[in-house]
Amino acid sequence: MALSIGARIELWASKKAAIRAFFAARTVQEVSVPCVMPAPVTDPYIDVPQAIAPDGRLLGYLQSSPEYAMKRLLAQGAGDIYCLTPAWRIDEVGRRHRGEFTLLEWYRAGFDGAALRAETSALLQILLQCPPADEISYRDAFLQHLGFCPFQASDAEIAAALHQHLNYSDPLSRTGALQWLCAAVVEPQLGAQRPVFLTHYPLDQAALARGCVHQGFPCSDRFELFYHGVELANGYHELIDPIEQRHRFEADLAQRQREGLPQVPMDEALLEALPKMPDCAGIALGLDRVVMLAAQADSLDAISLFSHP
Amino acid sequence: MRAKITSGILIMANYSTNEFKQGLKVLLEGDPCSIVENEFVKPGKGQAFNRVKLKNLMTGRVWERTFKSGESLEGADVMDTDMEYLYNDGEFWHFMATDGSFEQHAADAKAVGDTVKWLKEQEVYIVTLFNGAPIAITPPNHIDLLVAETDPGLKGDTAQGGSKPATMASGAVVQVPLFIEEGEMLKIDTRNGKYISRA
Repeated sequence: MALSIGARIELWASKKAAIRAFFAARTVQEVSVPCVMPAPVTDPYIDVPQAIAPDGRLLGYLQSSPEYAMKRLLAQGAGDIYCLTPAWRIDEVGRRHRGEFTLLEWYRAGFDGAALRAETSALLQILLQCPPADEISYRDAFLQHLGFCPFQASDAEIAAALHQHLNYSDPLSRTGALQWLCAAVVEPQLGAQRPVFLTHYPLDQAALARGCVHQGFPCSDRFELFYHGVELANGYHELIDPIEQRHRFEADLAQRQREGLPQVPMDEALLEALPKMPDCAGIALGLDRVVMLAAQADSLDAISLFSHP
Repeated sequence: MRAKITSGILIMANYSTNEFKQGLKVLLEGDPCSIVENEFVKPGKGQAFNRVKLKNLMTGRVWERTFKSGESLEGADVMDTDMEYLYNDGEFWHFMATDGSFEQHAADAKAVGDTVKWLKEQEVYIVTLFNGAPIAITPPNHIDLLVAETDPGLKGDTAQGGSKPATMASGAVVQVPLFIEEGEMLKIDTRNGKYISRA
């Protein structure tokens, strides 16, 4: 089923219109943020393109998400805001990946993870005419689909699962092995009937989410949304502690150093903004994938307006 | 295939997972493989990886492997060449290139494999060369072969169904209609071993 260019444009436009109507009704305001910023994410496994002037000067980094820019607005009292914006990743190309893609990101003051999940579920029901979302903790999903607890399993048990499911035997950190098993074994089985939030990731996969304790284990209030096995969104009850955030950035940069990956600057403006941010929750939704599911397609090729790369 | 000649030695390029495309020939555990499928996977947080299906061209088996994204494999010097079958010397089957070079290659029983029953002199086959040596012989999809042996045909029975085994001059045994006689030339589909028509 190949959609015509007209049908693709209409599909994209209708989803964007529905998003804008959804937020207008909830008095969440749309903002635009710079695509080029002075620092990229520190995450060792996310690389973004750099903007370079004709004379070779580094102008900044194309953003992998509008998060840092939006958080600076939040710190200045922006209130509830959303943003529909392009985002970039280097070398991420596949059926569900593009080097440039569209994110819907929004922040809600006073919301915790559960409140934002409920709102996201309401939006997704409108965009995909789907049932309300379910949720399952990271730990329960591992117990259900892999048969072990990600917090308590021995390293040997995890390595054996990696070998069994991915035919991979080289050394991988415990965290790395869990991430691969989650992506290769757990995620494809999530959301067969209805969307599912995967919640309470281990604390060392928190990114910019605050820590919490769940089922007695140190977790983070980070959640991802899946439907038909496709990852659609990543959300946090936001960390607003600049000291903890600086530790995480430094840990990322140390890991980049250890693994011989490019060093990047830390976003000092973000660290400065964090303590002024309200208690809030935020989420980024991959609009390309939502449109792909709306078209009942299994590849972004089916809905892209331009062929890649 | 990206390769360069340095002082007469063929240096194969390395291919990163980003370049893995269907049909790309790479070396894995010393064996030449053809990429069948390449799926890029990126965990929400963590290192990306590629789940890759590769067909081992020596054994025909399909391997499923996982690579860190950005890892690379050495390209395999694998070439498919049209060659005419010449003769069998008791140990090797000899083929000659049809590109005018008259280059000859001797394939062993492992390379010839099941194709042995479809071999016919002067017919053109695809010879897969790995580092210059044959590792597989692929017959044409359709081939004309002589019936060497079959039960006598039933006179006048040209339309009804029913079939009987016939041994072709190449050695293949094919189910043919009852009216076929020894010495007839038949068109056979080598992919499923089925009779198509009289040639």
